[in-house]
Amino acid sequence: MFRKLILAPALLMALSVSTGVFGTAAHAQDTPLRIEITDGIIEPMTIAIPQFHGTPDLAAKVRSVVADDLTGTGLFREVPSDSVAKAASFSEAVSYDDWRTIDTQALVSAEVTQNGDNISVRFRLFDIISGQPQGDGMQFDARAADWRRAAHKIADQVYVRLTGEKPYFDSRVAFVQETGPKNARIKRIGVMDYDGANILWMTDSSSLVLAPKFSADGRRLLFTSYDSGFPQIQVMDVATVTSRALTVDQGSMAFAPSFSPDGRSVVYSHEKGGNTDIWLMDAGSGAQRSLTTAPSIETSPSFSPDGRRIVFESDRSGTPQLYIMPVEGGEPTRISFGDGRYGSPVWSPKGDMIAFTKQIGDKFHIGVMRTDGSSEKMLTESFLDEGPTWAPNGRVVMFTRVTPGGNGQPRLHSVDITGRNMRPMKLDFAASDPSWGPLMP
Amino acid sequence: MMNAAMKTALSGCLLALAACAQPAPPVAPPVADPYASVGGGAVFQGDLTGGTLGSQATAEYFQSGVGNTVLFPADQTTLTPDARNVLARQAEWLTQHGNFSAIVQGHAEETGTREYNLALGARRASAVQEYLVAQGVAPDRIRTLSFGKERPAETCSEETCYAKNRRAVTIVNSSGAGA
Repeated sequence: MFRKLILAPALLMALSVSTGVFGTAAHAQDTPLRIEITDGIIEPMTIAIPQFHGTPDLAAKVRSVVADDLTGTGLFREVPSDSVAKAASFSEAVSYDDWRTIDTQALVSAEVTQNGDNISVRFRLFDIISGQPQGDGMQFDARAADWRRAAHKIADQVYVRLTGEKPYFDSRVAFVQETGPKNARIKRIGVMDYDGANILWMTDSSSLVLAPKFSADGRRLLFTSYDSGFPQIQVMDVATVTSRALTVDQGSMAFAPSFSPDGRSVVYSHEKGGNTDIWLMDAGSGAQRSLTTAPSIETSPSFSPDGRRIVFESDRSGTPQLYIMPVEGGEPTRISFGDGRYGSPVWSPKGDMIAFTKQIGDKFHIGVMRTDGSSEKMLTESFLDEGPTWAPNGRVVMFTRVTPGGNGQPRLHSVDITGRNMRPMKLDFAASDPSWGPLMP
Repeated sequence: MMNAAMKTALSGCLLALAACAQPAPPVAPPVADPYASVGGGAVFQGDLTGGTLGSQATAEYFQSGVGNTVLFPADQTTLTPDARNVLARQAEWLTQHGNFSAIVQGHAEETGTREYNLALGARRASAVQEYLVAQGVAPDRIRTLSFGKERPAETCSEETCYAKNRRAVTIVNSSGAGA
């Protein structure tokens, strides 16, 4: 029988999710089709995503996004489905034998129908090897304008069922667009879908802006702005695109802000008289206090997901290294001990890893380590990689890669935390400082 | 680092400060900066129309005649002897022109993270401020900020450019923006 899945409807985006009672019943599986994501994985799982049923143009667009999401992970290889006769309808029984002949392991079947300003998407996933549905069929109802989100929701469901990991496709990324010459860059903050679609510009180009950071609920952005002539922190409401200054002291600098997981606090770098320390601010009252008071540089603070600890960068040892301290402040524990200079640490959503920037010699790397500093691993290497941000499920890291020279440009890239599947983002402009927001409701 | 010719020129300047013809500044004026008109940005606010030709009481003279830029070795924030020479002239000029205030901008080369370089540039700007204050310039006439690696003077990705980007630039104006 059908198992009812109730997912919370999105309040703002009017995207609702419900379990469709359609098609044949899903069978409970003892050993579901599963691709294990490990360092050693070489062969992607083969998946067929034949033409979707329903409203033709829309169905083709949704199918394309689903296929791009899945193959973009590097975990799946799409099998051309031309050789298998198209099913007459979404509810037609699957010809498992036909799919087996073209070496398909998984099959996505879907129907997309448009009714005025609304669309309805139904999908099912099949384990071709064992010859049965994998999980229940699902139906997503959404506004037509949100068709890409509906597609990401389908792809997320497929990803979750085949990897056992949490979803991340239906998410957004804040970033800084960079135009103009290298010595006079013009910067503005944008927000886009994780795949580069639906770009919204959040600031004009009138002020130099740096390093936006999403709140855990994705509703606010922190960033550093030179709007006052001096670097200070601003907070923006994403829905209304209105921002206000959080810090206004022109006798000092404030930068590198980041939210606590509950969104009530902001941790940031505060500079006074040339010395930069970590400070904590109550986002509501504006009350501020210092968490470090060393004469060295302390910057790039990032909260642990439980809100109890903060990882940051300090050069108190002579070179920039990574440290963790309690949210109350106090003596920090150094966690990085390798050669080179460490910076811009960010705590993983699962809480078990730190992603960071590392400079060794004339190369930069994006790396990950456990929170005790063990299992350090470099994921990338180039002239200049920096500023990692975690996908909401902690499987992928996005970062800035800068090419050298007078015409050098920053570009956003992503890489799996196994170090595989390094990809430039599909953007037709230079961009830096990505901040990956939460999975959308 | 400064070359030998510049060092010779500077040492001569110390003996006859006002009369000395200064070498061209190593950094082009930041007039191309799109944010030049914003607050403490690198804006030229001197009056070129009202002053007597050759007047020293202009931001332009401070930039090209006194020298508005000091350079730092890699990853360093302490002032070199060359930098101290430039700053001594800056302090003297600021003492002679009490109606001007100053903003010191700290900068860093592109290697290094954005946040660390902001902090590094702040240290450099502060080192300049402290030196000027020690030379007798009132603290409330000088403000500092850092651009980190956001505003390189030179754009190549080699030491020749990095050496010119590890700098602190003193911008003076008489409109009170630095007060």
